[in-house]
Amino acid sequence: MLADALLLQLGYNATLVTIGAALLGIASGVAGTFLFLRKRALVSDAISHATLPGVGLAFVVMVAMGGEGRSLFGLLLGAGLSAAFGLLCVQWLTDRTRLGEDAAIGAVLSVFFGFGIVILTVIQTMNAGRQAGLEGFLLGSTAGMLRSDAILLAVSAALVLALVVILRRPLGLAAFDPGYAEATGWSLPRIDLAMMGIVLVVTVVGLKVVGLILIVALLIVPPVTARSWTERSDHVVIIAGVVGGVSGYVGAASSATAPALPTGPIVVLVGFAIFLFSLLFSPRRGVLASLLTHLRYQRRVHVRQGLLALAQGQPIYEVLTRRLLERAGLVLPDGVPTPAGQAAASKALLDETRWAIVRGDQAYALAATRYDGLTPIEDVLTPDQLTEVDGKIDAPQVVA
Amino acid sequence: MNISLVTSQDTDLATRAASPLAVRGMTVSYGQTPAIFSVDMTVRAGAMTAIVGPNGAGKSTLLKAALGVIAPLAGSVTVFGEPMADMRDRIAYVPQRASVDWDFPVRVIDVVMMGMYRKLGLLGRIRGQHKALAQECLGRVGMADFAHRQIGQLSGGQQQRVFLARALAQEADIYVLDEPFAGVDAATEKAIIAVLQGLRDAGKTVLAVHHDLATVPDYFDDVLLLNTQVVAAGPVAEAFTEDNLQAAYGGRLTTARADPESVAG
Repeated sequence: MLADALLLQLGYNATLVTIGAALLGIASGVAGTFLFLRKRALVSDAISHATLPGVGLAFVVMVAMGGEGRSLFGLLLGAGLSAAFGLLCVQWLTDRTRLGEDAAIGAVLSVFFGFGIVILTVIQTMNAGRQAGLEGFLLGSTAGMLRSDAILLAVSAALVLALVVILRRPLGLAAFDPGYAEATGWSLPRIDLAMMGIVLVVTVVGLKVVGLILIVALLIVPPVTARSWTERSDHVVIIAGVVGGVSGYVGAASSATAPALPTGPIVVLVGFAIFLFSLLFSPRRGVLASLLTHLRYQRRVHVRQGLLALAQGQPIYEVLTRRLLERAGLVLPDGVPTPAGQAAASKALLDETRWAIVRGDQAYALAATRYDGLTPIEDVLTPDQLTEVDGKIDAPQVVA
Repeated sequence: MNISLVTSQDTDLATRAASPLAVRGMTVSYGQTPAIFSVDMTVRAGAMTAIVGPNGAGKSTLLKAALGVIAPLAGSVTVFGEPMADMRDRIAYVPQRASVDWDFPVRVIDVVMMGMYRKLGLLGRIRGQHKALAQECLGRVGMADFAHRQIGQLSGGQQQRVFLARALAQEADIYVLDEPFAGVDAATEKAIIAVLQGLRDAGKTVLAVHHDLATVPDYFDDVLLLNTQVVAAGPVAEAFTEDNLQAAYGGRLTTARADPESVAG
């Protein structure tokens, strides 16, 4: 069943929804990346919640003009306008009052959402037009997805990708170093406006698929996931697009396998699964990798300290140190160093002595910055420099 | 009387036209108290100028306002006599190191490349010549071997040198630096000052916020002493006097000398 779904064999509507969700995932992953890098990810939450009154008001206006109030384009236009207004409110509160952006987001999000719910409730009692389906904007509803909806998603995704390609330099610069961006003549307000415009487009077209409450997950989860895998912002954008696309595709296909599974939430859960995997297992930034690196580093420190203690004839108290030295064949179980242990100990002591001279001498200031207690000095200085350093050791230290 | 007034205005205009960076009547305020008040600054071409003053004197504010990063309440800026907005390409900027998120996913070489974004425009392709220039700029600050590292892996001094390399990549005439020596190691300080002096000897203009009073005479040609208003300005030999320092720092002068970092910022 799932295999059929993934191969788009579950009928016309399921295929439309799957392709549409994949396109939305790509667009939102790419658009969300710069929001995340600029540390303004939560603004998207304010934007999405601010769409709701627009949806309701657009319905009312269309009914008042004699229509059924079901035109998706009309509803999305309303959503876009009220989201833009909500965004302006956040911006104004942040710039012109003493409120921080977090407070501004909280205020706008809740007030707009509350107002939207009031309008939807009033509409339900109005008994005019065909209001059924407006709740679909809250959590998404893909059951009645039309070909035109999928085309709208495709066009929007293409637009978002084109804009990001064109604006990638200012967007990246503003996220990394806004002060420098302004000093070199890029207008920060205009860059931010463009970024928010892109996010707004994704949010509005994504309403029908995942709903306004969950769209924020599609904007934030892919870039955060992508960040685990790379140290380059241009790669973050690409990986985030892929993660978003895969989440949309797999999530929508899985939800098509059973009638009761809602598309939007499943898409978000698939994205979260990829995120969780990346968080734990990505090679450099993952939790597991960090833990291993830390343990490896801790062991090196213990061995080094143990060797220095041996060289100076001091007792080793720490159990871990003793065990590590023993396992490496550097000491015998009774704590007496083996010949290999003695050699390593004198080597460590010589290294420390040389480092002490290097760190105390202005002439080696650059090399001294590489001291970390572990790096052998041969890795930093040339043989000639080493000879010079050795000449400054007053009495060559020999380990008995 | 009238005539002499006109003449003095004329000479002022002439010096402004010749100056790579001239600020007139600049006032910036965060809230109701001015951070800098009615500051005039005329930077001499081909010289190294230090902006010096106690903590909270408005040194960084003056730089940021001069570069248009923050909007002033009043005041104008000219670059070689022209309005700032038309002349941005002539100015390279090194912001304070603390102003940036160093965990940002970007490599050293990409940071340097940012210095060429104005020249490249939105869609200009990065070609071999651009990469070569970026690599050369890294070499000038002694960071050539670090091109492909993530910036977060560098030490503070190395990060500062990468910022300087990015400014070099702008190939500008004026180099404006905000606390370039704050929190860097001695080797980096030496490397940076050598690059800056090299720029000056090549006819470029350097303007830096500086916090270490002891090194002002060694490093700089001109100095501007600031404490919200300009206390003194001119060649180091004339302006950097005990009386002027006392006027700028007041009771904090001894502290400033003993621990320069305490008045940084």
